[in-house]
Amino acid sequence: MFELLGKTNIDFIGKRKFAFLFSGLMVLLGIIALVAIGFGKANMGIDFSGGTAVQLKFEKPIKIEDSRQILEKNDLKDAELQEFSEGNKLLIRIKKQTTIQEKMAEKIVSVFSKEMPDNHFVVDSSEEIGPTIGQKLQKDATLAVTLAMLGIIIYIAFRFEFRFGVAAAIATFHDVLAVLGIFYLLNHEITLLIVTALLTLAGYSLTDTVVVFDRIRENLRFRNKESLEQVINKGINQVLSRTIVVSFTVFLVLLALFFFGGEVIHDFSFALLIGVVVGTYSSIFVASPILVVWKGSKGKLLRRGI
Amino acid sequence: MKKGIKGRVVLIILTVLLSILFFLPSTRYFSSLPAWWGKYLPSKGITLGLDLQGGIHLVLEVEEDQAVENNLDQMITGIKDAANEKKLEISGIKKTAPLEISVDYPKKEEKEPLLKIVTEQFPSLLSKETRENSFLLTLSGDEVKRLKEDAVARSMETIRNRIDQFGVAEPLIQRQGTNQILIQLPGVKNPQQALDLIKTTAVLSFKLLDEESPVARELPNSIKPEDEVKMMAEFGPKVPEGDEILFERIVDKETQAVTKRPYLVKKRSLLTGDRLSDARMSFDEFNKPYVSVTFDSNGARQFESITGENIKKRLAIILDRNIYSAPVIQDRISGGRAQISGGFTPEEATALAIVLRAGALPAPVKIIQNVTVGPSLGQDSIEKGIRAAKWGTLLVVVFMIFYYRMAGVIADFALGLNVVLLIGALAALNATLTLPGIAGIILTIGMSVDSNVLIFERIREELRTGKPVRLAIDAGYEKAFLTIIDSHVTTLITALVLFIFGTGPIKGFAVSLSLGVTINLFTSLLGTKVIFDFINSKRKLETLSI
Repeated sequence: MFELLGKTNIDFIGKRKFAFLFSGLMVLLGIIALVAIGFGKANMGIDFSGGTAVQLKFEKPIKIEDSRQILEKNDLKDAELQEFSEGNKLLIRIKKQTTIQEKMAEKIVSVFSKEMPDNHFVVDSSEEIGPTIGQKLQKDATLAVTLAMLGIIIYIAFRFEFRFGVAAAIATFHDVLAVLGIFYLLNHEITLLIVTALLTLAGYSLTDTVVVFDRIRENLRFRNKESLEQVINKGINQVLSRTIVVSFTVFLVLLALFFFGGEVIHDFSFALLIGVVVGTYSSIFVASPILVVWKGSKGKLLRRGI
Repeated sequence: MKKGIKGRVVLIILTVLLSILFFLPSTRYFSSLPAWWGKYLPSKGITLGLDLQGGIHLVLEVEEDQAVENNLDQMITGIKDAANEKKLEISGIKKTAPLEISVDYPKKEEKEPLLKIVTEQFPSLLSKETRENSFLLTLSGDEVKRLKEDAVARSMETIRNRIDQFGVAEPLIQRQGTNQILIQLPGVKNPQQALDLIKTTAVLSFKLLDEESPVARELPNSIKPEDEVKMMAEFGPKVPEGDEILFERIVDKETQAVTKRPYLVKKRSLLTGDRLSDARMSFDEFNKPYVSVTFDSNGARQFESITGENIKKRLAIILDRNIYSAPVIQDRISGGRAQISGGFTPEEATALAIVLRAGALPAPVKIIQNVTVGPSLGQDSIEKGIRAAKWGTLLVVVFMIFYYRMAGVIADFALGLNVVLLIGALAALNATLTLPGIAGIILTIGMSVDSNVLIFERIREELRTGKPVRLAIDAGYEKAFLTIIDSHVTTLITALVLFIFGTGPIKGFAVSLSLGVTINLFTSLLGTKVIFDFINSKRKLETLSI
């Protein structure tokens, strides 16, 4: 039998103060990011803000400074440039609450074909999104996140009890906020795909939490005189190797996606990568300790010994 | 053999076979499949999303208010004509508010007959207020609603017609919300041309140039497109009543430079595009493409009298406020044919013929979302997606064998089964595969071992307590069962939400993720257990490689 970890007996609950401090900071960062999004200060993708994005694929390597100069010369100095070393690709983004009538994409393409006549390119993709669509998507995304959370709380409350549901939901919120916060801090663009990644991660992180909860519930049924802390600690330790192995396999495929999946889903896989790490951490250090800290209600599972 | 093993093995083999059958049409062997295939099995297979095969995704907004306005304009003309016919006098008729027409008349005694015309011929116009020598009419709310609804429905129909004639395989044209139209054109090679085709309102009209006004002589011969606003500011105030300035777009054949030539034209159109019966692209004697239009009998008669009465004058052919050509009328033209030449490329002339044939849009449309993916990026994405899938699978497969030995091989078998069934299910549902969809499949690969890890860890625990192998396996499966269900349901909930709210690529992600998770339940609980049971039934296991 090959084992990553033998039988462990780590006092996770005892370390909850550090964990809560760390998590509190992450959540705070996430809330700052949310506020920034609300005030329009975050780096929102054009699918939310409206604007134009054109990706060009050149025959020969291009210098990003040259491209910037070309754009500035042609009154397009608001453009953001991003280069993908593989395949001489250049992504040009102009975020503005413009209407599509201005034909920004067409302008960008014509500017480059005029100024770089000896470096042929093809248009890989072009996106023009009007502000109304962006606002609608923002609304839809918010609604989607809210509904997903509600659905999950209801399911867990139904399968376990209300307190477990809320603890799992808090841990999930924590994960979503933490990843959002990290994206905000790194000034990565928040796009529709990132929201998708956040929702996926919410589902994944819950899977992780549920497995731990399941074991805690099972242990609660058979416990004798152990304290709640001991029962929960035991549960976490029992499933620890499973938690790590599963997170590791998911991490492996995400690494493959991150490195080989191409520029279109690069940020998407990056969000999921951080998400898996944060989600694994939170199912151990956030969700379960909440059960210990929150002594308010007395459900049937936790009634004894409190 | 242990009871039930046979049944489960047959079930697994059946599902795998079905998956392969479902998936076959998606492969390149599709063309060699027999014809009866489509009768009994889904023959469409997996379709590639726009992001993988390239194409255009558009959301248009119909400017319905404009349709109502246009209708009001037509009613004004209608009232004028009807009054003329009855020899009633109208001294002025115009729009006074967005939905309001005021009619002035000099003779009091003609008020009643005038109102009668309106109530009889234009029942949707309600009399709002009558004063001395004038009355106000307003469009009823129901009619406004009907006109708006009609504008969106007709726009969709017209656009569908145009796209059909343009020849796009499997276009998607869908109503979205109250006044939006979603259009997806997979595999379009020339996006700009398709866009122009869809967007053109295609209101064709024939108007005379006003060459007598001094303003006409002052106009510059050609200007740069960016100077249009400046020029209009200078000449706009001088334009005589009943005239307007319109431009002809001229592209230099050699330098591709665009210039605009202004003309002073009379506002009144002599003939409009609704009198057309056909439009075709042809080549003239210099091998230059032009569009020949044919009028219906009524239009032919009108065109004959227009040309007859205006010999030696110039007639502008105008589409959506752009002049295409302004030839001098040489002679009376009978037979109902006219030519529009305007320095077209053959493609432009074909597109123009299509929009003229398919008819005019009842209202202008505004593009509010335009996502175009080039075919090279699509191909690139497919290749990268497959590469990521290969690496992801390899890493997980190797890790599982390394960590769980024999049991790892069994988990890998479940993983393989998972992928085969997932692809089969996607094909059976005729799902659209997108790049995030591929990511969903890859993520499923990572998660598919999840259940088996749960079970294996349980089995290990049971073995540690000293249970015999067979009992440990059964206990492991039994105890992990509820946990597996719980953890899958939570993922399904989020996937479902993504499916409801997501569009395009994201929907594709939700589909592959939720299918993957569901199939995962089947493969991990049934697929691997049957192997353990099979091994156990052959010989009593003393130890387990796990």
